[in-house]
Amino acid sequence: MRYRLGVDVGGTFTDLLLIDQQTNQTVRDKVPSTPHDPSIAVINGLERVCAKANISPKDIAHLMHGTTVATNAVLEGKGARVGLIVTAGFRQILQVARSYVPGGLAGWIVWPKPEPLAKLEDTIEASERVNAFGDVVQPLDEHRLIEDLKTLKTNEVEAITISLINSFANDVHERRIAEIVADVIPEIPISLSSKILPEIKEYERTLTTVANSYVRPSASRYLQRLDHQLKALTGELQFHILRSDGGLMGVDIASSAPVSMLMSGPAGGVSGALWIASQAGYKDLLTLDMGGTSTDVALVQGGKPSIGRETTVGDLTIRSSSVDVRTVGAGGGSIAHVPELTKALRVGPQSAGAVPGPAAYGKGGTEATVTDANVVLGYLPTSLLGGEMKLDSKAAFEAVGKIAEALSVDVYSAAEGIIDIVNENMFGALRLVSVQQGYDPRDYALVAFGGAGPLHANALGALMGSWPVIVPPSPGVLCAYGDATTNLKAESSKTFIRQFPDTSKEEVILQLRDLAETARSELQSEGVRDEEIVQSFEIDLRYHGQGFEVTVPVKIEEIDKNGLEVVGEVFDKEHERMFTFALDSVHEIVNLRAVVTATQNTVEAPRLNPGDGDPVQAERFESEIRYGGKIYNAKVYDRSLLESGDIIDGPAILTEMDSTTLIIPEHFGTVDNFGNVLIRPNTQREA
Amino acid sequence: MAQIIQSNTTPIDKVEVDTITVDIVENALRNARYEMDAVLFRTAMSPGIREQHDEFPLIANPEGKMVVGQFGSFIGGFLDNYSGTVEEGDVFLTSDPYSCDGAISHANDWLVLMPIYFDGRIVGWAAMFGHMTDVGGKVPGSLPTDAESIHEEGVIVPPIKLYNKGVLNDETLRLILNQVRMPQWNRSDLNAIVAACRTAGRRVAELCSRFGASTYLSVLDALLERNYRAMEQLIATTISEDPISFTDYIDDDGMGYGPYKISCTMWRENNKVVLDFKGTDSQSLGPINFYLNENMFKMFFGIYMIMVFDPQILWNDGFYPLVEVRIPERSLLKPAYPAALSCRTHALGRIFDVLGGLLGQRQPEFLNAAGFSSSPHLMYSGRNSKGEWFQLYQIGFGGIPGRPFGDGPDGHSLWPSFTNVPNEFLEAYFPLLIERYETVPDSGGAGFFRGGNGIDIAYRFLEPGEISIHDDRWFTYPWGVNGGLPGKRSTKYLIKKDGTKKTLPSKCDRVHVEKDDVLHYVTWGGGGWGDPLTRSPELVALEVKRGLVTKEGAYQNYGVVLTDDLSVDEARTEARREEIRSSRSEIGVFNFGGTLEELRARCEAETGLKPPLTPTFI
Repeated sequence: MRYRLGVDVGGTFTDLLLIDQQTNQTVRDKVPSTPHDPSIAVINGLERVCAKANISPKDIAHLMHGTTVATNAVLEGKGARVGLIVTAGFRQILQVARSYVPGGLAGWIVWPKPEPLAKLEDTIEASERVNAFGDVVQPLDEHRLIEDLKTLKTNEVEAITISLINSFANDVHERRIAEIVADVIPEIPISLSSKILPEIKEYERTLTTVANSYVRPSASRYLQRLDHQLKALTGELQFHILRSDGGLMGVDIASSAPVSMLMSGPAGGVSGALWIASQAGYKDLLTLDMGGTSTDVALVQGGKPSIGRETTVGDLTIRSSSVDVRTVGAGGGSIAHVPELTKALRVGPQSAGAVPGPAAYGKGGTEATVTDANVVLGYLPTSLLGGEMKLDSKAAFEAVGKIAEALSVDVYSAAEGIIDIVNENMFGALRLVSVQQGYDPRDYALVAFGGAGPLHANALGALMGSWPVIVPPSPGVLCAYGDATTNLKAESSKTFIRQFPDTSKEEVILQLRDLAETARSELQSEGVRDEEIVQSFEIDLRYHGQGFEVTVPVKIEEIDKNGLEVVGEVFDKEHERMFTFALDSVHEIVNLRAVVTATQNTVEAPRLNPGDGDPVQAERFESEIRYGGKIYNAKVYDRSLLESGDIIDGPAILTEMDSTTLIIPEHFGTVDNFGNVLIRPNTQREA
Repeated sequence: MAQIIQSNTTPIDKVEVDTITVDIVENALRNARYEMDAVLFRTAMSPGIREQHDEFPLIANPEGKMVVGQFGSFIGGFLDNYSGTVEEGDVFLTSDPYSCDGAISHANDWLVLMPIYFDGRIVGWAAMFGHMTDVGGKVPGSLPTDAESIHEEGVIVPPIKLYNKGVLNDETLRLILNQVRMPQWNRSDLNAIVAACRTAGRRVAELCSRFGASTYLSVLDALLERNYRAMEQLIATTISEDPISFTDYIDDDGMGYGPYKISCTMWRENNKVVLDFKGTDSQSLGPINFYLNENMFKMFFGIYMIMVFDPQILWNDGFYPLVEVRIPERSLLKPAYPAALSCRTHALGRIFDVLGGLLGQRQPEFLNAAGFSSSPHLMYSGRNSKGEWFQLYQIGFGGIPGRPFGDGPDGHSLWPSFTNVPNEFLEAYFPLLIERYETVPDSGGAGFFRGGNGIDIAYRFLEPGEISIHDDRWFTYPWGVNGGLPGKRSTKYLIKKDGTKKTLPSKCDRVHVEKDDVLHYVTWGGGGWGDPLTRSPELVALEVKRGLVTKEGAYQNYGVVLTDDLSVDEARTEARREEIRSSRSEIGVFNFGGTLEELRARCEAETGLKPPLTPTFI
């Protein structure tokens, strides 16, 4: 019972990382994902990795799992048929969707009319009313409700959301309706908005709760089945799911509130990046996860990922705490095109996907992609060491050639243009999480992973001034590292709108303690002992009259000692940092939140053998690359043969099974004890 | 003519730039513009700006030509009219439409302009205007429907330095804020607008330091040139030398007269397009005049033209020389000082319908039905039980028209990034209970593509107070096209505490409401697109189940007969459709729902209001 296993289910591969908790030795493996039933790959992989480590599955004490099963249900539109119960007069809440039309002036001309996540024909009204202060102004008409529920029964909805106006202030009617629904339609999963998101703003609360219902049947079916299979295989295994905010939760909670694992996949990447970078001694990080169709970026400050209150999945913006990951449609498969009218070079957001994929993959793709541009410039050697796929260089040149023709430039300039534009798109996303939040990217290291991240990371480091650029070992399985190295977490929050003069520190402290109790009991139900729990508190604040809140971390002891004013001061500073000014206005509390975490068993990364500083043993051949309009001879290294302390001069290419790293001219890479490659400009080289 | 002071007078040479750099800067400017929005939304206080996003940002080159934004540049006009100096650290404020050629078109819009300096030289401008909930004047909300001059519409700030070389002009600001009813909102909204402009200033300076000021400014030229070329090609291929015209109306002026005509004629002369508003009615005595800035209209025209060809393009002023806009003096669209302007929202909206009708007559890819071409307002003010003043300004939404791209969304906004105010927010901060927030079935014009439905909001007032209403399209219809039917018109009515119903005019002020009166604020639907008899009967049946179309509407407008369980009766549907087909008149391009004479004759019976009197002009 001494092993823990991290399992990350990705679109193509399921990655596994087995950690011996006594020695910190790790065993990695990957198996092809099985999208029709992801649990098959998990079980296959588990058996394989155990065989590889020569242990029995029963030796695994703890399995941590990052999954995109909920995300995919949303992205593929394959969620449940959701029945929605709203307050009378608000049946079309999702249809009106706050009246928002994206795009600029006249954007409506080309905007497709969206279909709500819960269909209008599956939405019924409850005759009831609670006001903003929690008073019942109209009692619930139960007879009518029972009558109307027949519609939902006839329509064979698979999950039900109850979201009533002002239920954040008083959930009495939501709870009563849940009882009635359970009677009329037994066994159907019911989600209450007052439980999933007890916060003001009816549309956001309803959408989030409907999203929960939408992914719930498939997510819980998957988790329960997997839990069952795992227990059969391993006996007494603890099985936990990675939440969007980077913590872990139990299967029962994940099954009833799967909306909190919509960002489970990206959160695993950020957690993994944080873990490996902390080993290397870096705690302030920008993370860059570049895959085939998109890139996720996030910011980590002092070892803590920034947490956002909103998650965007596809077209849906859902209010749920998650690692503040921003996604841009820029990946290896992003397609370059030149609109006839403007002759501008555009890259993405359309992607060639896995099929047909980039032209260089030889699967019938003919449009130029970012990968093709990398091939043209020589950054992706066509015969990859240990690579599973041979790249079709001729096809890449032909595809990029068409772009070159449209721009009237040569093929290499076109390829560099494509790279520059896609880098710029990622740069924009990185700025969103850094500069635009008031953080200076020069104070951060950039951790690059995902299949394509390490190819572009050096150039992005240069754009951002973020050094070093850290390319962890096996950048493709970083998410599994993240899964295996995080901890149980729970949070509890409530809307508590009070201007400072209308409340007291005593009242606030009482509320915070209550919330902490609720959150602690969640961890306790997972078998965490009281002394293992660390709790922290947050208050969402604004100036009275503002519509957006800023989350401020608070300590109960400080509030108790110095009053609420101390919270106001922190808020003022944060407001000034983010928006350049503070106001002399009344502070207003919006939400209170308690976050509890189980203290962790730390896992240390495996160490590399020290070398003599010269990477010659890993050198394979030289290859011609183009950079900044010039031709260079770049050495190509087999990354698995690098040793700790090796220094690699750019331009250079490091290849490994699942990724390729490019070190550009005037930069150098250092291999650290844990196998990270740290890239810096030559100007930072010690004499 | 403003005098620009620069500590560094070395001229900035223009250099050759490659297309990739142009694309990169274009992208960075687009991000900066969205960042301006984000900063504003997060820090503003009035629900109008904070939740509804009634604001418009732009970034311009040193000459004041807009390189990113949506309302076209007005900085040139400001520079021509301003007589003082422009220095680093200055931030200008104005709310006077007559001092900036109508860049802002009523005194509620506060416009902030900020020169951007890099290395002692001016490298551009950031500007943004936002609608202030109140700017003083005779009624709460400052949009008096009976104003006869701009002086009745609140404080009018001429172009002044809000910051002089970085120092806040506090006394002047205090003077201005003393004129308004909600000074805290104005102050923080203004702060937020300035912060947004400063953000843009920082981003531009960063671009200059990254690429060099020469390259940056040369890129701006290239971006302007790119728009010029794109538009030149579009104009040559899509606009005929034969003039075409389109006319639409503002229903009334709030004083009982109307409708007012807005006419525009378009033709091409060589590579230029001329847009001539000859035939537009004279200016109104009341506040519905819309002081239309010619450049702004060029921008609207350009956006409508390019939208379908390269939606990623960054709008800018580059194509302005290709468009000539002619607006008759002293007309509804170019009133003479000191004409009242506050209620200009109707004409501002309506010119988008005019543009759509004009461009679409020959290009079916442009032809949308009449849309939700306005932003109707509701104001509610008074004192709550604690004696505190409250004042709401809320924008309503309605039906997006049927479009060649599909059905119009229900109860949405035609304005970029506008959203409604969460009802829970309204109830938490105002003495209101929102009893209903739903779209009106059948209000979207029937068509192959249905127009979006209008919205019915029922406000129960929990404190006595006063309301003002600003809306239109209660008399003329949101027209349909290509066989699509018009949408339903707007209406407003009060259900008094004793149950009596009182229809309110589309534009009114100082309507006293009592506790527990319920106001139904019903907006209009979008027109339909294409013959409704060709819409799939199954889809019509589904929309009946969804409550978006009624069973009766399905029968009358789509010729779809439904059984009791709402499934399609195919035989009777075919018969009903044939019956409509044989009895209706020939399908024209536009369906206005009748002539003005016919509308007048039916007005009182249909709307509960007397028809407007034909305006007379001296």
